[in-house]
Amino acid sequence: MSTIGYENWAVDLAEVGAIYPFQGSEVLMTVLCVVFWIGWHYIQFKRESEHLENARDIGDKSLVTKSVERY
Amino acid sequence: MDGNLNALTTVFTEFYYWVTVVFMFLIHVGFCMYEVGASRNRNHMHTLMKNIMIIPLVTVTFFLFGWWIYWAFPDFPFFGGLNHDAGNANLPWSETMATNLGDRITGVFWAAFLLFSWTAASIVSGAVIERIRSSALWVHAVLIGSVFWIIDAAWGWHYAGWMVKYLGYHDAYASGVIHAIAGGYALGVICVLGPRLGKFAADGSPRDIPPHNPWMLTIGIFLIYTGFWGFYAACNVPVISPEVIGGQITGTTWTATNIYLAPTSLSAITFNFLMSLSGGLMAAYLVSKGDAFWTFSGGLAGIITASAGNDLYHPIQAMLVAAVGVVIVYNLHFWVERRFKLDDAVGAVAVHGYAGVVGLIISGFVLWGAPSSPFEGYASVTPWGQTIGAVIMFFVLGFLPAFIVSKIQAALGVLRIPREVELRGLDYAEHHAYEDAKAAIIEADKAILAQH
Repeated sequence: MSTIGYENWAVDLAEVGAIYPFQGSEVLMTVLCVVFWIGWHYIQFKRESEHLENARDIGDKSLVTKSVERY
Repeated sequence: MDGNLNALTTVFTEFYYWVTVVFMFLIHVGFCMYEVGASRNRNHMHTLMKNIMIIPLVTVTFFLFGWWIYWAFPDFPFFGGLNHDAGNANLPWSETMATNLGDRITGVFWAAFLLFSWTAASIVSGAVIERIRSSALWVHAVLIGSVFWIIDAAWGWHYAGWMVKYLGYHDAYASGVIHAIAGGYALGVICVLGPRLGKFAADGSPRDIPPHNPWMLTIGIFLIYTGFWGFYAACNVPVISPEVIGGQITGTTWTATNIYLAPTSLSAITFNFLMSLSGGLMAAYLVSKGDAFWTFSGGLAGIITASAGNDLYHPIQAMLVAAVGVVIVYNLHFWVERRFKLDDAVGAVAVHGYAGVVGLIISGFVLWGAPSSPFEGYASVTPWGQTIGAVIMFFVLGFLPAFIVSKIQAALGVLRIPREVELRGLDYAEHHAYEDAKAAIIEADKAILAQH
């Protein structure tokens, strides 16, 4: 058994195509990729909203002015 | 070079490796910038010098004996003696180790491996900043750069290495043979060296020592990414015929191969490099809650985790392997820091060592049963072969020698800088000399001006 479909390299490379593991699972892998991508956006959006909400009340006025003056 | 095709192939291969070497130089530039960016102002010049001098020291010793080890040690000492035939051609007094029109490959091939040696030493250098003596680090640089990593390369990164033959060890882009060993080595040194003053509070909780210049650090890591392209290309044989490989492959189709002479393509590794970088960055951003330092380093850790199998993985597999690896590595770093009070100043043990180990183990499952070599009789890739390989890389050839040598250095009092110097900063004397020189030349200029 070999996950890439070849147990040895006694082959003519002219007749070899894909050699990645788990051939036939491309659609499943694509679904996982999309879940990872969309999930990343979801978590990032949520966290950034929380962060910005908390950031509204951080710092006293003099420190904020100093920060603005620092450019 | 008989025949035009042979001549073209030889010159192309010669030029190919030469270009990879130039690219890989950027890894060292990146490491220098990263280390200096991460260190405090009072330690800049020493931090920089500590890393720069790795270049000549490892180069000279790699010329003297490192390259010979690679060719002489594939079976030595467990499965045979030294391979004198191959080794002798790579001794410093061999004619092929010089300007020689009968051999156009040795120099560029030697240099490609040498740049890996610098990288291995530079990884260790980052973990120990601001408190190790340069003299001690430079001994470690020679040991990791010209002895231990190249022994592991002979065993597990050589088409005839015993780990490949008997364990089916597969590590196409050096998760283990560069990163796990260098991370393990760095861990061995910092276990003995101890943390920087102030790193841990009285109650044992770790303090963050932020980089003095995050921009320098950012450019540094991007240069490392850039150099990594060269590193990946250098791990391949760009074009070779089945006849020259001499293994089981039939037909006449030429191919690119990995270091084991098994087929892959530049296209494959380009897909996988970028997808593993992306998986690493995205996972690191989430797990570190957007911390810049860890997000950038996570990109690198992602590539390193996927590197063992990036010659064969599907791009999505490379991305997912990288993401999983980064989550493990990040959590392991902070667990080890809290539990054992270890100060890994730039996260080198985690980003290189843990990522390398995790990547090897994962690749054992994902590539289970794949041929490790185009030659007959070699073991195929298995989870246990990769796990044993990871232990050899990280612990046996990395952690153990570093720990022993560091203990000896500590006993001799030559490992760590004095406490007073650490507090004042390693550049204290140079800063004073600089200020004095500045004051003197300003006074001199003023005096000349007053005369006119």
